[in-house]
Amino acid sequence: MPKLKTLWRKLTGYSLFFPLTCLAIVLIINLIKTPTFFHISINNGVLYGFIIDILNRSSELIILAVGMTLVVAGSGGTDISVGAVSAVAGAVTIFSLVGSMSSDIYRIPYGLAILLGLLGGMACGAFNGFLVAKLRIQPMVATLILFTAGRGIAQVITQGFILYVRKEQFKYLGNFIPGIPVPTPIFVAILVVAVTLLVLKKTALGLYIQTVGINAKSARLVGLNATLIIFLVYTFSGLCAGIAGMIITSRVYSIDANNAGLNMELDAILAVAIGGNSLGGGKFSLAGSIIGAITIQALTTSLYAMKVTADQLPVYKAIVVIFIVMLQSAELKRMLHSMLNKHSIRKAGRKVA
Amino acid sequence: MNKEKEVLLTMRNIDKRFPGVTALSKVDFTLRAGEIHALMGENGAGKSTLIKVLTGVEEADGGEIHMQGIEHPIQNRSPQEAQANGISTVYQEINLCPNLSVAENIFIGREPKKFGRVDWKTINRKAKEILDRFQIHIDVTKPLENYSVAIQQMVAIARAVDISSRVLILDEPTSSLDEQEVEKLFNVMRNLKEQGIGIIFVTHFLEQVYKVSDRITVLRNGTLVGEFETNKLPRVQLVAKMIGKEFDDLSMIKNKVDLSKNQEKAGVILEAEQLGRTGAIKPFDLKIRKGEVVGLSGLLGSGRSEMSRVIYGAERADTGVLKWKGKKLVVNVPMDAMKAGITYLPENRMTEGIIADLSVRENIIIALQAKHGILHLMSRKEQEEFTDRYIDLLQIKTPDRDVPISQLSGGNQQKVILARWLLTNPEFMILDEPTRGIDVGTKAEIQKLVLSLAEKGKSIIFISSEIEEMLRVCSRMIILRDGSKVGELDEDRLTQEEIMKAIAGGGYHA
Repeated sequence: MPKLKTLWRKLTGYSLFFPLTCLAIVLIINLIKTPTFFHISINNGVLYGFIIDILNRSSELIILAVGMTLVVAGSGGTDISVGAVSAVAGAVTIFSLVGSMSSDIYRIPYGLAILLGLLGGMACGAFNGFLVAKLRIQPMVATLILFTAGRGIAQVITQGFILYVRKEQFKYLGNFIPGIPVPTPIFVAILVVAVTLLVLKKTALGLYIQTVGINAKSARLVGLNATLIIFLVYTFSGLCAGIAGMIITSRVYSIDANNAGLNMELDAILAVAIGGNSLGGGKFSLAGSIIGAITIQALTTSLYAMKVTADQLPVYKAIVVIFIVMLQSAELKRMLHSMLNKHSIRKAGRKVA
Repeated sequence: MNKEKEVLLTMRNIDKRFPGVTALSKVDFTLRAGEIHALMGENGAGKSTLIKVLTGVEEADGGEIHMQGIEHPIQNRSPQEAQANGISTVYQEINLCPNLSVAENIFIGREPKKFGRVDWKTINRKAKEILDRFQIHIDVTKPLENYSVAIQQMVAIARAVDISSRVLILDEPTSSLDEQEVEKLFNVMRNLKEQGIGIIFVTHFLEQVYKVSDRITVLRNGTLVGEFETNKLPRVQLVAKMIGKEFDDLSMIKNKVDLSKNQEKAGVILEAEQLGRTGAIKPFDLKIRKGEVVGLSGLLGSGRSEMSRVIYGAERADTGVLKWKGKKLVVNVPMDAMKAGITYLPENRMTEGIIADLSVRENIIIALQAKHGILHLMSRKEQEEFTDRYIDLLQIKTPDRDVPISQLSGGNQQKVILARWLLTNPEFMILDEPTRGIDVGTKAEIQKLVLSLAEKGKSIIFISSEIEEMLRVCSRMIILRDGSKVGELDEDRLTQEEIMKAIAGGGYHA
């Protein structure tokens, strides 16, 4: 019994325990409800199946969550503009490719257009970073500006049209590259995660971000430039939003300023939270956020698989999210603990009596 | 002057612990009816904790509170309960609603009702009556924000007294008032005293204490120093009680490093010319030699911390120049000072020192890492070697190097911060209250460490509220008062008496 207890404590002490449990629960329910859930097949030379679909669809979310994790860790705030910023980046890329008319001819090289789109995302992020780090505006308020104005900017770029790129090659990024059975977005997500992890491992950036997020005053006194670090994490979040924007637009080979990346900022924040990261900043786990992102997408996909309609989806999602977040609430744990304690004290009291 | 009045409130053996710190230990406090009782002590002495325990903001870990006329010990679990027991508080920041009328503010939450509706007539009439009693004649239907801070404070007091109060706590009430307003407040206080209300007056202004209070209770390091009648306690002695003259096992430390010989020869390492910052520290001159331990001495708010912060760049100086080894040194941010070889251990360990969730290892290496730059991450092995070396050297008690620093005791946290700076191999260290709130043993260790560092040729600015400690480690002392440097005491004049006289300054009761 005591052995089990220590094992349990060890397990629950492991920081990824709860995120992984949440994901496992979602997957197990799926397996029961939809026996073919883990089935993977090859059709037309590409992989098909719920699992592949979840990984594919969660790619953008993973990328956004990576940026969001660093924003949360470094500034104790959230970047709610990422959805709109990905629309801006998408608009920049597609506009520079085809101009203000849908077309099948590129005006400039594809690579250059992608670069411009990413720069657009980074510029938006830098703007947020300037507001938060330099002008000390609350992150929620600062990023609210682009949250609302971002789609307007995208509209201005596209001049109100939904612009299409009618070229097969443009679809590769968001779908499949001919001859490769795995969806391209998965590769992009892996690349973003890998590069980020590499930078965090090889430089002191991770330590700096945590230090600033935990105690900006101490950080300054040990010689760190807290302003610069906060600026950088927002800029990076903008870059991530840009990359996500590239995938989103490529999936539908068009830019719809009103709908590209809609509500994704909320899922990204949720992914960070489900990943066991404190939204108050400080210590973070990138792996947790990634698991969180996959969990959210798994939830969405499986609800669809259970024939829940799109308009009812948020209700079910909300119920599950409440459950997941409660599982991780320290306050709830304390309440349960003290309830148990009281119970045992009462028991002991009775024994004495 | 006042004969023994009846006791209104007694607090006995109050204990309060926070993680890593003992805030109060067996503190007694007695308040009599119709007296103004000043509660004094330096920062961290436990004044505000005692008040919080009394008003139910914090729960005590031990001890009893008795209120006259109530049979059982009272237990205040919230400010509301305290109020029900007759204890009201007016805080430094007035917590009323500025956009409501004066009358509304007085009666908010307990509005007189007539036929189930708020009876505005009565509210306004009564509010006027109440304020008239305080000699305040204003339009009570106007919003509170129309009036000065002083009036707002009076309104807060009027409200507090009207609600219930037999005990009124005024927490730093005068800090935002001008002299006339203070005088007015004192009249109100004397008036209330006549009515038999007991007033606890928390302040750090010595003169005001002597002007208005009947008794003084002094706390230091969370313990009771004593209760005194104001007119029998000279000012210098009060200062002595506040900053303490503990004699502990430290007296065995040899008094000072014998620097007199090589000091003549040793060059000036740091020099300040008219360095200052508006609103924090008036322009000052300063010369510090190699291997010297210089104390900055003065009461809280005298500018002793501000002086060191300006040197380190924690606050940017707006006048004067700093010279490092004879050359001009521009310090805009702490990193500029760090690069020169200056380090700073801040006064407030919790808010400016530790990085709570990070491990002991990360807390130790962070400053050196910052100096190396973001691209040159120290290898894990290197980090661990450094950490282990300092855990060993300073005998930091920690389960292992990777537990969060917040799990360590206060003294060990402080050692970690010291290790952080020692690791950067500084030539000049600023230590602001390095021994505050830590146990006597560790205190002695830190003092020894300071002396041995000086022997190795490092220069140190040492700040402490405890004069004893300053005498033990400093070879020279700079005296500050009211935000400016007022003098220096050389080695041969370093005695407790001289220092206290210099700190307390002129004025009556001296």
